[in-house]
This record gives sequence, structure tokens and C-alpha cells, in this order.
Amino acid sequence: MKVSVYRYNPETDLKPRMEDFDVTIPDGKDIMVLDVLALIKEQDDSVTYRRSCREGVCGSDGMNMNGVNGLACITHLSEVVKNDKLVLRPLPGLPVIRDLVVDMSAFYKQYERIKPYLQNDDPVPAIERLQSPEDRAKLDGLYECILCACCSTNCPSFWWNPDKFVGPAGLLQAYRFLADSRDTHTEERLADLEDPFSVFRCRGIMNCVAVCPKGLNPTRAIGHIRSMLMERGT
Amino acid sequence: MVTNVTSFGRSGLSDWLVQRVSAVVILLYVICHAAIIINTPDMDYLQWHALFADPVMKIFSLITLVALCAHAWIGMWTVATDYLTTRMLGEKATFVRFLFLVICIGVLVVYLLWGIMILWSV
Repeated sequence: MKVSVYRYNPETDLKPRMEDFDVTIPDGKDIMVLDVLALIKEQDDSVTYRRSCREGVCGSDGMNMNGVNGLACITHLSEVVKNDKLVLRPLPGLPVIRDLVVDMSAFYKQYERIKPYLQNDDPVPAIERLQSPEDRAKLDGLYECILCACCSTNCPSFWWNPDKFVGPAGLLQAYRFLADSRDTHTEERLADLEDPFSVFRCRGIMNCVAVCPKGLNPTRAIGHIRSMLMERGT
Repeated sequence: MVTNVTSFGRSGLSDWLVQRVSAVVILLYVICHAAIIINTPDMDYLQWHALFADPVMKIFSLITLVALCAHAWIGMWTVATDYLTTRMLGEKATFVRFLFLVICIGVLVVYLLWGIMILWSV
């Protein structure tokens, strides 16, 4: 199978290029894209990519496979390969450090901005802050995000304004803490999101939902934040 | 909190709401006029004049005109802040974006005033 890989080494290359590799796929097996990258690395050990857990938990190997963002370790070749060809590019919209490795600073900065931790001004209880099963259930579909950045880097609004628009991943987490019954800083959190960029740059095109490897729905979370802002502001 | 002084309502929530409400107003106006035109196949100048001389139609038209201007301001502002950015144009982006917005808003103000003059001249 022919695999075309985005290559860029800022120390030696003036501009990025695509390099083709011929990879022999083991007969009768539907291997993962990450396995294909390992086979490519056997041919050329300078091909660079991030990986860690190889089971869709760490979120390190987010990349663009035949035009679709996803995690290489849990994407079968049969899901992405068309006409026996695979094109691998780094996540779009972020600066490339080398080959398939991108600089995620802008993404993490937006995540940091939404204060992704519980804030509670009530006196600390003797043992722990209790939460009813119903309130706990509100966090399902929110807490599972692994911050792989597949959604945010598939979002045109994030491409245009990565410094101002929080992006789907950050907003999913923003709602995770807005929805948490143990967090008492709802008012401050909403005040920080009311401007024309942070939340309202989302135009609801649902690219984030289409690519989330964990099957989460940031657009719905953004809708919930809008509803909370509406209740607060009208 | 990201601040921006050139947006229509200075608040994301207000802009978002105004854009949706204004869209509904414009849609109602279009439907209303389409219905009138379909139901009056042989409309002549006098009927058309009488339609716009009606105070209810004048107020509806004026509301739609204001809604259209607000809708266009928010829309053009969004387009400008998406595409005319430092990432796309470099250092001159702020000047280009500001100039673009001033021209857009200027055209909209002229459009609004001219529209009022036309509506009140009937």
C-alpha cells in the first residue's frame, strides 16, 4: 500500500513536503494506522510522530488520516484507506514542530483559560464533597475527553482565532465544570465566556462531533453553555 | 474574557441573540411580501403605493430595515474577525480590518437613513 506522509524538519527543510512510502500490510489483517507508522519507521527512522498508550487513552497520536482527524492507534486501515492509498498529515491549524508532531500550546492555553478544576468556596467537609448519582450522571459525556485536539483542530473557528475562541475541547470541559454540582464558581465562569469570541464563535457546524474519537458531543455542550448564558443574561 | 469594541452589542450573547431575532424578522417580512405579491397578480402602482402608505407596513418595513442593518453588522464583523486577522494578513491586519468595518458600518448607516427617507416619503 502506498502511504504518503507529511515531512518537515525545520532544521533542514525550507518548506514541508509529502514523502511516499510503500508499506507491505500483513495479509488478512486490518491493522491500525499507528502500526503502519511503525512499519514506515522501520524503513526511515527519521519519521517523527507522537505515541504513547496505543489504545486510545492518552490522546498523543491525533493526526489527519486521509483528510479526517483521529487517533492513529484506534483507527483501522479499513476505516480510512481509499483506493489503496493513505495520506497522513499533522493535525491542521497548529504549528508543525516536525513531521506529524504539532505544537499544542494554543490548544492547552485555551484549556487552561476555562479553569479546568473544581472551584468551591464552601467550607471543606470532614471527608469529601458528596454528589448525588443524578448530579454525577450530568458529567457523563463530558469528563471522558482525553484532550487529543482532534476536534479543535477540525474546527474552522479555532483555525481562524485560536487565541480567542476556546474551541470545542475547551468548551466541553468548561461545561463539565459548569454542570458539576460541587462547583460554586458558575457565575464567574459564565462571565468569562460571554464575549463575542470565547463561545459564540461556534457556528454549530459539528465538525468536532464528526471526528471525536471518544464519541463525545462538544456542540451539545456548547448549546448548554449558550442556554446558561441566556438564562443569566436575559 | 476577550474584549472587542467594534462588535455590534459588545457582548457575544447580545450579538448572537440579535442575529437570530433579526433573521426571524427578515424572514417574516419576506414571507409577508411574497404572500402579498402571489395573492395580487395584477398589482399596479396605486396598489403598491397604498400598501406602503399603510402605517402598519411602514413600521414593519422600518423594523425590518433596522433588523437587516443589525444582522449585516454582526455578520460582516464576524467575517472580518475570521479572515482579516494578523494570522492571515500580518501586521497590517488591524488597519485593514478596521477600515473594512468602518466602510461596512458607514454603508449600513447610509442604507438605514436612505431607507427611512424612502419609507417616509410614501
